[in-house]
Amino acid sequence: MMSDDGIRSTYRSYNEWFSEQDNRRLAKKSAQAEALFKRTGITFNVYGQSDAEERLIPFDLVPRIVSNSEWSKLARGIDQRVRAINAFLHDIYNRQEILRAGVLPVKLIAQNDAFLPQMMDFSPPGGVYTHIVGTDIVRTGEDEFYVLEDNARTPSGVSYMLENRETMLQMFPELFSKIRVQNVGNYPKNLRRSLEASAPASCNGRPTVAILTPGIYNSAYYEHSFLADQMGVELVEGHDLRIVDGHVAMRTTQGYRTIDVLYRRVDDEYLDPLTFNPNSTLGVPGIMDVYRAGNITIANAPGTGVADDKAVYSYIPDIIEFYTGEKAILKNVETYRCSEPDALKYTLSNLSELVVKEVHGSGGYGMLVGPAASKRELADFADKLKAQPENYIAQPTLSLSTVPIFTKKGLAPRHVDLRPFALVSPDGVDITPGGLTRVALKAGSLVVNSSQGGGTKDTWVLED
Amino acid sequence: MLGKTAGGLYWMFRFLERAENTARLLEAGFRIALTRSTDAEAEWKSVIITLAAQQGFEAKYDTYDSTHVINYLLRDADNPSSILSVVNAARDNARLVRTALTSEVWMSVNETWMQLSDILKHQVREVDLPDVLAAIRQQTALVRGALNGTMLRTDVYRFCQVGIHIERIDNTARIIDVKYYSLLPATSIVGGRLDNVQWETLLRSVSAHRSFRWAVDEGFTGPAIANFLILDTRLPRSLIFCSKEIVSNLAFIEQAYGERAICHDQADKLLQRFSNREISTIFEEGLHEFIGSVLGDTANLGYQIEKDYRFNI
Repeated sequence: MMSDDGIRSTYRSYNEWFSEQDNRRLAKKSAQAEALFKRTGITFNVYGQSDAEERLIPFDLVPRIVSNSEWSKLARGIDQRVRAINAFLHDIYNRQEILRAGVLPVKLIAQNDAFLPQMMDFSPPGGVYTHIVGTDIVRTGEDEFYVLEDNARTPSGVSYMLENRETMLQMFPELFSKIRVQNVGNYPKNLRRSLEASAPASCNGRPTVAILTPGIYNSAYYEHSFLADQMGVELVEGHDLRIVDGHVAMRTTQGYRTIDVLYRRVDDEYLDPLTFNPNSTLGVPGIMDVYRAGNITIANAPGTGVADDKAVYSYIPDIIEFYTGEKAILKNVETYRCSEPDALKYTLSNLSELVVKEVHGSGGYGMLVGPAASKRELADFADKLKAQPENYIAQPTLSLSTVPIFTKKGLAPRHVDLRPFALVSPDGVDITPGGLTRVALKAGSLVVNSSQGGGTKDTWVLED
Repeated sequence: MLGKTAGGLYWMFRFLERAENTARLLEAGFRIALTRSTDAEAEWKSVIITLAAQQGFEAKYDTYDSTHVINYLLRDADNPSSILSVVNAARDNARLVRTALTSEVWMSVNETWMQLSDILKHQVREVDLPDVLAAIRQQTALVRGALNGTMLRTDVYRFCQVGIHIERIDNTARIIDVKYYSLLPATSIVGGRLDNVQWETLLRSVSAHRSFRWAVDEGFTGPAIANFLILDTRLPRSLIFCSKEIVSNLAFIEQAYGERAICHDQADKLLQRFSNREISTIFEEGLHEFIGSVLGDTANLGYQIEKDYRFNI
């Protein structure tokens, strides 16, 4: 809601504080924050760069502020979505009612690379498939939100949610006494509790949880070590693990110790060389057998990718209705599946106004932002589309809302998205009030991915 | 604790200790090069031999001139033991074991890496060498300070200490090994300038030039210096001091785990080489042979620790 002076009511208190600040002091704080991130080693590695250079994600010191009522709606919408997605996954890997009912075309599943036949006729411990979900959301207007992606595999970015808040608390403690912001700091504790609650039924005593990382050269390694540290659990790699007496066990200084819940940050394909990619050294040979025997929880379950594929995405409103009997609370962006001839035709003739994405792509790679593309880029992309239409979906460019960022010349508007994090366990769904706000630092740009020069900012959900 | 974590901690501190030791050797060598230029080449060569870098160095260079040696030891990426290489390795290990470190220790290692990779990005001019070496020693001291000041005294801390002292005993033993001839009683009768230079660099290489004068009543003689470097329990880089540290830190792990492993016997055996020993009996045994067995025992002990605590398999 805007008032006469053009300031959203949620930003009113912040703006009062901001107008009393000296720009030079803030610029200094901004540099300090960067130095702190560097010293702490909050960096990511960029794929495809030979020098394996570690980079910082730029941090903007103006928080993105969401009112409690907007948040409540968002949270209800996310809750509904993740429940439906879990029901969908269980159905797809068991009775496949939704296919029999004709709500979803069979080939969408049958020809889906993320669908794992090894998961058929199996129910993971507690019936939970997606223990951690990071739903990408954009706001286009007052109380108007669209879901961009469901990220049901291994969403990353939660460490930035936590570190950004920590940094704000350190830099501007006075703001938090002036403005009441909901706490995000319990996330690691809640994550551990949620993972423990998802332990196999056969597990006695307090479950042993571990995080499986591909190693220190992975782009999200910082996050893996951060979460292990914050939860107080071991951070393991494939070569630390082996199967001992039908359980997955980690090599400790005192011998092998059983793991009950493995929060893996390794993709399905690399999880078990005996079942999937035989050349993988990142996984654990035989873990799928242990899993199917019910002796370990893998979070998220293998094969969840079938629910967050961009073609399946376009059916999520139907999926929600099928399993919950409710209308979707959060909207989907209108999506043209280029595998359908009419949609392809429409996409090709409106290319300069659309965003076209690879069905299996992520991280902002391989996508076309029509309005920002040159004639040449449009023509090239049209060729790619015609060659393999089933690889692409197209969406209208939304008039994304902007929020202010701090620049040397004062505040300036930039486009943002929001990734809140939901934890799912047999005990229920827990959504941390806040999330990762990614911001396109270039004026006018709609691409917020860190791999494409985006930044982050703290996200505040106000108390009532 | 994961076996990998124990290994990461152990190696992280071995590498940091190595960086510091190399800086010390460079400092001692540089001093000779400045003050007695005729001895410089020979001195640089013995530094390179001490660091077991002769093969790699000679593959690249024909002569032991200061510029080459300094560059090779400070920042050559082809030299796995260059200060830049070992600081990189230490920081990689620190990232690996980050969950086991306090944030102070992690940040000090990360800062060390940031600062030294910056300082060593370009060739270091000789006029800047003292400052660079001082920065290296200061940074590694910072990490050690954070380790001592902030870490819980659990097995985590003990593996760090074991790594430090295995590296240190190896380093001191190597330094003695290369110059053992200058410490022999017979040589000191000959006396002369050469011996004094050797003694001085020997002591400087372990930062003990001043402390020798403070701690030892007798004047500079080969046997007195040998005694100081090998058997003096007050010198933190002497062989006996390091082996005592190894034994006591391993004993802590033994107690915490309630299990004695082979490495404990090996560490005890190493310490026995120095306990209740007179330097004269070491000379009788043969200093060179003695140091040779110490180096062998230390290497075996290192392997055994890796095996007993499952660093790799």
